[in-house]
Amino acid sequence: MTLSALIIDITLWGSVAILGVMAWQRGRVVLVSSVREGSMDFINIVPRIALGVIGSGYIAAVIPPEVITGWLGPDSGWFGVLTAVIAGAATPGGPVVGFSIGAVALKVGGGSPQVIAYVVAWALFAFQRMILWEIPFMPARFVWFRAAVSVPFPFLAAAIAMAIGKP
Amino acid sequence: MIVIGALVAVCAGLVWRRDGIDGVLKILTHDLWLFGEIMPRVLAGCLLGGFIAEILPHDKVSRALGPNSGLKGLLIGTAFGAILPGGPFTAYPVAAALLTVGADFGATIAMVVSWTLIGYGRAVAWELPILGTDFTLWRIVISLPIPVLAGALGRFVFVWIYPKGEPEPPA
Repeated sequence: MTLSALIIDITLWGSVAILGVMAWQRGRVVLVSSVREGSMDFINIVPRIALGVIGSGYIAAVIPPEVITGWLGPDSGWFGVLTAVIAGAATPGGPVVGFSIGAVALKVGGGSPQVIAYVVAWALFAFQRMILWEIPFMPARFVWFRAAVSVPFPFLAAAIAMAIGKP
Repeated sequence: MIVIGALVAVCAGLVWRRDGIDGVLKILTHDLWLFGEIMPRVLAGCLLGGFIAEILPHDKVSRALGPNSGLKGLLIGTAFGAILPGGPFTAYPVAAALLTVGADFGATIAMVVSWTLIGYGRAVAWELPILGTDFTLWRIVISLPIPVLAGALGRFVFVWIYPKGEPEPPA
């Protein structure tokens, strides 16, 4: 956990350093203006991230994971896929929570297509990631657009899983 | 952001009614810690976005990832999202930077969706150990076409809604 955090930080700041050197090679003006641009973005984003981090903690506290697991029961068929998609979007917390719920659902007899739909929907729509990261950083219109055109794909993934009979 | 603020206030109120002021403060201190941990990474992500916006030549980006980049642009966006290191603190600032230097919604959607669905970081760190190799690999194989399809659908719908191009430049 801490090791992976360390690796993330090293690759992250390493990339910043490499791109910084590349910008510096283009001249001081490029370096200064890109650093200024990045810092302005940072200052603008801090309050939104603050609302996202602190806010999503309260939203997550109101939605207990047991509720989500209930929606993912061994109910197969397209109704199961639909509830799985809604459950994926409504799952609070980070990847540990999302994937663990998927694992529990598989153990208690949830069908693979439903769990695939759940994991894909979680990746595409998990509300906490959207509130905390996507909405603060991206233009609002892009976020809604992206979410809207993504709606068919958890269902497509479930259909493919049913068709090929895997995993 | 107003909607989110209202939602947060309602949920904080519910927590207060259920767990009292202690429950509210416990979540607040935990989240403030998290906030402090995230901040340096957010700064790094913003700097990455700033550098990319300055370094990448606009004409090349709009040719490679712009509205007329075709399937190739969607594939480039998908590949870029799949190999992008780091977490949401890099993916979203970089995606926003691509939008400002001339990528269209379609290619950027392909990148964001590819990062979240087939990016290796989360799959290796969390999905493999929790859900197992078999499930994870099939899940990724099934997800492979989704970024390109989502980008293509995004492009199609975008042209349909804004036939004369975007009404205003993205913020």
